[in-house]
Amino acid sequence: MWANLSLLSDLQLFPVAASAQAGSIDGLYWWLTIVSGVMTFLIFLFIVIFAWKYQRKPGVKATQIEGSTKLELTWSILPFFVMLSFFWWGAKIYYAAQNPPKNAMEVFVTGKQWMWKIQYPDGSREINALHVPVGQPVKLTMASEDVIHSFSIPAFRVRHDVVPGHYDTIWFTATKAGHYHLFCTEYCGNEHANMIGWVDAMEPREYANWASGGGGGGDLVTQGQQLFQQNGCSTCHLLDSQGRCPNLRGLYNHPVQLADGRTVLADDAYIRESILDPNAKITAGFEPNIMPVFKGQLSEENVIQLIAYIKSLSPTTPASQQGERLQRPVVLAPQGKNGAIKTGASPIVPAQR
Amino acid sequence: MATIAPIHGTPELSERRVNYLNVEHGWKSWLFTTDHKRIAILYLISITLMFFVGGLMAVLFRINLLEPEGIFAPETYNRLFSAHGIIMVFFFLVPSIPATLANFLIPIMVGAKDLAFPRVNLLSWYIYVVGALLTLYAVIRGGVDTGWTFYAPYSSTYSNSYVLAAAFGVFTAGFSSILTGLNFIVTVHKMRAPGMTWSRLPLFVWSNYATGLIQVLGTPVLAITLLLLAFERIAHVGIFDPNIGGDPILFQHLFWFYSHPAVYIMILPGMGVISEIVSCFSHKRVFGYNFVAFSSMAIAVLSFVVWGHHMFITGESMYTSLAFSFLSFMVAVPSAIKVFNWTATMYKGSISFDTPMLYAFGFIGLFTIGGLTGLYLAALGTDVATHGTYFIVAHFHYVMVGGMVMAFVGGLHFWWPKMTGRMYPEAWAKFAALIIFLGFNLTFFPQFILGYLGMPRRYHAYPPEFQALNVLSSAGASILGVGYVIPMIYFLWSLKYGKRAGMNPYDARGLEWTIPSPPTTFNFDTTPVVTQEAYDYGELEEVVG
Repeated sequence: MWANLSLLSDLQLFPVAASAQAGSIDGLYWWLTIVSGVMTFLIFLFIVIFAWKYQRKPGVKATQIEGSTKLELTWSILPFFVMLSFFWWGAKIYYAAQNPPKNAMEVFVTGKQWMWKIQYPDGSREINALHVPVGQPVKLTMASEDVIHSFSIPAFRVRHDVVPGHYDTIWFTATKAGHYHLFCTEYCGNEHANMIGWVDAMEPREYANWASGGGGGGDLVTQGQQLFQQNGCSTCHLLDSQGRCPNLRGLYNHPVQLADGRTVLADDAYIRESILDPNAKITAGFEPNIMPVFKGQLSEENVIQLIAYIKSLSPTTPASQQGERLQRPVVLAPQGKNGAIKTGASPIVPAQR
Repeated sequence: MATIAPIHGTPELSERRVNYLNVEHGWKSWLFTTDHKRIAILYLISITLMFFVGGLMAVLFRINLLEPEGIFAPETYNRLFSAHGIIMVFFFLVPSIPATLANFLIPIMVGAKDLAFPRVNLLSWYIYVVGALLTLYAVIRGGVDTGWTFYAPYSSTYSNSYVLAAAFGVFTAGFSSILTGLNFIVTVHKMRAPGMTWSRLPLFVWSNYATGLIQVLGTPVLAITLLLLAFERIAHVGIFDPNIGGDPILFQHLFWFYSHPAVYIMILPGMGVISEIVSCFSHKRVFGYNFVAFSSMAIAVLSFVVWGHHMFITGESMYTSLAFSFLSFMVAVPSAIKVFNWTATMYKGSISFDTPMLYAFGFIGLFTIGGLTGLYLAALGTDVATHGTYFIVAHFHYVMVGGMVMAFVGGLHFWWPKMTGRMYPEAWAKFAALIIFLGFNLTFFPQFILGYLGMPRRYHAYPPEFQALNVLSSAGASILGVGYVIPMIYFLWSLKYGKRAGMNPYDARGLEWTIPSPPTTFNFDTTPVVTQEAYDYGELEEVVG
């Protein structure tokens, strides 16, 4: 243990800030730290002064004081207003984190005991490694195959739980190229500490090179289309208004009238639910119990592929990977074997700097 | 003060005097007692044992964290931190001050012969012991690896450890907590001596009354949650696991609906102890009595509407998060009021630095840091960056250990002469207080830095750049461990060799200091009549503002 004292030389005290939102979170962090520091110092100072000045001396009695409503109100209301500034600043950051920009690049994350699986719109996949271009907003849509995980990139100050049965999203814009930790921060079982990986933020040109280097046969949409055929979806969802099943063309991001009178938006979560548990929400004019239940039949990764395909059927969708697909060089590059996986950090090797 | 005629006596005389300790002998006289003071001693022994079991777990996993790759297998590490959390929260912190000091003192402080339901009080101890044995059984059989939070669906479906035994132990211990709270509430309402009005109650009684309300109203929800968990684990009824139709977030809502208020079960009684100690060793009435008493009640009420701040990054709606963030800042106000009033109580006081006062200083400093770092977690933006990291671990240890354990050990010193009739060795006690303070800060301060760097909690292995701070933390833990063993030794030593304490060794005010040390079985020979406010250290001389 003492041999490790040399460790103190590379003692790190503050994390590197490598995303656009890291700056604003650090700003609030320092504001909190300044206020806390001043408050703690003042309380220590008063205690030390009082303890010194009013220490017990023979013959000197304490002066009995009932209290002071004015003082009580002062030290209730003033801190309250300071705390409102924390609340307001924190809420602003949180609000921004909920609303990814329309031009965000989409990446899909599936957590399972004990690895992170990453899917790119071009169909390529990685395990425990995420590559993103600097300067480009990236939106992650995350699902869990089993228990609750939490996806965390400390250098970007982003984190969100990945709860089974839900889609959770976060977004960030990397600002500094580098090799950053990826952690699971919700206890998920034995190898929780090994559910880690690396995020590589790359300059756009390098990223384009990297992205064109690998990739699988067919992008997410193509993979989804194959699944759509293989699972027999296409026998019924004829992609027009003739089938026994709702027309999927133009569905994504549009309101759907349900049989029980409600109207819901056909977003990722709705489509996911309708694939895995079709009877949960029945579209008006259609019968329940016609479509098979796919829960347990399809992995979360398959569902992501199917959703990508269904999205592609709605050309008006603003942020779908349709447009995204064309922007990125990767799909135009020659493609390798179907479903090729780029290997990232091995899940059981502790992270090295 | 109370106009009663206590049995005075020189130390020599009181040696032969009958008191609650020597009135009966033999194990039956303890196991079948209904005397609140003897039950408090039973509880004190039980929770101290649990504290050292939980502490041993902490020592072991801090050893594991000396090396980045870890030393133990992940299974072992996960079971160690889970057992540490479950034992410390449910079997030490929740019962700590209420079941021991408050059990001993509340009847005396309100001028009663016993609690309202003496047999229920004994029952609550037996229930506690059954719960503790069940949990220890789970630990010995191979342990539980869910963390103290038992999050589903990991706990209900995936974990291969003794989840049910541990959960059932916690479920059982909950009833003990409910019965203690119920007893306090009824005692404070119905058993106050003539003249002991609500505005004359010692602040220790107020804070334990507020705690009792939380225990009675919150704990049943924990019981329901654990039952539902067992139901899903045994019968596979889909409640929390989405694969069988449940919702994992429902578990967290239910769990934190109890467990956030429970955080205040674990700190309010400590705040009461500090009010008593600061007043006594400043020889001065508590500044702003009404505000301090009212703030306990405000904390108890607000504690029930902040649970959502545990789910800011779990997927609750943005507006829910905004509301819970705001309410979490609200609950900081009454906590701040208390810190300011303790500080103001020292103003123009006559301050002495006996051991309990050193613990009170420690409490105020560490609780202030613990409370302020809570604001980082209540703020939505910074919670995202700190949630699930060592920052949270450091924050709640500053509140729970720096706050509650400091208050507990300080209170134990303060009332030790009353409970045992003996003084502890002052020099050793001051030394131990210093060691605990230093060891504590060395253990937990580095964890704030580790947390913001991003080190996740509950990791048996970690990236090598975090090693230096982890080694510091483990070194601190070994000092802290020594700090806790020293009082254990001299307290036991003092039972036989300690200087005899008089009725009122600190010249303190309050009914407990008007009766002999140790008290007789029924506390008072005649019911006291109270004519003065609490903390009557002299005539009011000055009104500020």
